Amino acid sequence: MKTVPLYELAHARTGDKGNRSNISVIAYRAEDFALLREQVTEDRVAQHFAYRKPSKVTRYLLPKIGAMNFVLDDVLDGGVNDALNLDMHGKSLSFHLLTLPIVVPDNVGS
Amino acid sequence: MEDIAVGAGAGFSGDRVDAAGPVVQTLIERGGPAAIIFEMLAERTLAFAQIEKQRDPSKGYEPLLDMELRPILADCVRHGIPIIGNFGQANPRGAALHIERMARELGLKALRIGVVEGDDLSGAEGEAIVRKYIAKEYARKPFASANVYQGAMEIARALKEGAQVVVTGRVADPSLTVGPCVAHYGWSATDWDALAGATMAGHLLECGAQVTGGYFADPGKKDVPDVANVGYPITEMSADGSCIVTKAARTGGLVDTRTVKEQVLYEVHDPAAYLTPDVVADISEAEIAQVGPDRVRLSGVRGHPRPATLKANVFFEGGWFSDGEISYAGPNAEARARLAARIIRERMGHQMKLRVDLIGVTSILADDSGHYFEAIPAGNSTDVRLRVAGTHEDPAVCDRLMREVTALWTAGPAGGGGARVTKRQRLSTTSCFIPRELVPARLSFVEHE
Repeated sequence: MKTVPLYELAHARTGDKGNRSNISVIAYRAEDFALLREQVTEDRVAQHFAYRKPSKVTRYLLPKIGAMNFVLDDVLDGGVNDALNLDMHGKSLSFHLLTLPIVVPDNVGS
Repeated sequence: MEDIAVGAGAGFSGDRVDAAGPVVQTLIERGGPAAIIFEMLAERTLAFAQIEKQRDPSKGYEPLLDMELRPILADCVRHGIPIIGNFGQANPRGAALHIERMARELGLKALRIGVVEGDDLSGAEGEAIVRKYIAKEYARKPFASANVYQGAMEIARALKEGAQVVVTGRVADPSLTVGPCVAHYGWSATDWDALAGATMAGHLLECGAQVTGGYFADPGKKDVPDVANVGYPITEMSADGSCIVTKAARTGGLVDTRTVKEQVLYEVHDPAAYLTPDVVADISEAEIAQVGPDRVRLSGVRGHPRPATLKANVFFEGGWFSDGEISYAGPNAEARARLAARIIRERMGHQMKLRVDLIGVTSILADDSGHYFEAIPAGNSTDVRLRVAGTHEDPAVCDRLMREVTALWTAGPAGGGGARVTKRQRLSTTSCFIPRELVPARLSFVEHE
């Protein structure tokens, strides 16, 4: 076994509405979806974004397209109209999520 | 019945003005029924348009309207391709009159322009409705404006009654696409699966290039051909509610299962319940398949009855915001930038809420509380830009922050250069849900003299 960043196995996109961010995580290969489902959990994602103090993290699964959708509540410092962040939408958060370490068999990932 | 193709000419206010041309050309070459949409209203665009309209009642619609439509208007009219856009923003009637003027200047016959209103709740009557449905914590805040998301049905009616252009204020983004599909296929307001399919087709179109390789390219990992000339999307809608996503011919970009999967989930929360005024769309069992080069089919979208309420975005005056930046380079640059940050904190931190970033160390990942920033140990970056941002009800305090940043030139650490400052008015926002019968959409046509 070895550890790789989620970035090796999946791509992701962030969207925002108000003070809520959603981040999709999409497996490049359908056969990796089970592994992502097991390791990219609500708890781990909440931990990964703990510094932004999400009040709630919800995961939705879309196995037919090998994707999951995370909804993170109250992580945008009020959202597009209120945040002092240059990235007031949180557009960059998807790539932060892709740094999450994933344990994979030696023949998976690059 | 032939399938209808719907293209997207813009995906936000301020989008590229040369994007729609290739989309219209592709629709013309394809032949058959077609429409083009312009989605130009992000959450806060409309609130700022409301302020603009208060300053000048003839304004408050999309500032780029002329540049977006002038290149394509004659072709669309000649080939019977209706244009549907929320470029009306806070002043749909003003936008309609502008388009009428443009048509005259282009030598076109008087156009039939439909105007969909009823979204604007900024007047006293609207405010009274909004106040009943917003959370108590907002009761004392100074109300600025409110708009409710209208749906597709009045757009469809305008098209059935011969509109060549439909101008709207706030409508749900996907409804711009659902409207022409309803008008074409004659779907009823309760054909939930078909409406849901068209809603997701519209969802894929509404951000323009985001489904054709924009907001996607990651060199070496997700490469996009000729991304500088990324083409804007077109969906070919089937009567059963499935669609094929493609893009304008002879353009850059790509449409593949990855771009479509990313965009289908963009700004979606529960995939089984994507709420719009027209339908509750369910993509939890949807399928996405490549069916040709730059052609992807989305199928299996299901629909459930539409909500009994409409969502309204409500804006309050939110004080002022200012920020400033200054750079340091060379030996010990990061330490000098950190010293500059301490100077600003000491002089301004007690007066206003401040955020500090060191661009080159961290610029966007941190949160406003500063905990993330503080956890990064001091390093040795040799080219770093300090950014401070603050907010206050009193614009004079925001002015003072800007003066403190520019004073770093002479009174701050050695070698500071490139100071820049900005200030703007802020709006704070909330949303609420209003029974739809209280806020009906209204369709009218521009009268000709």
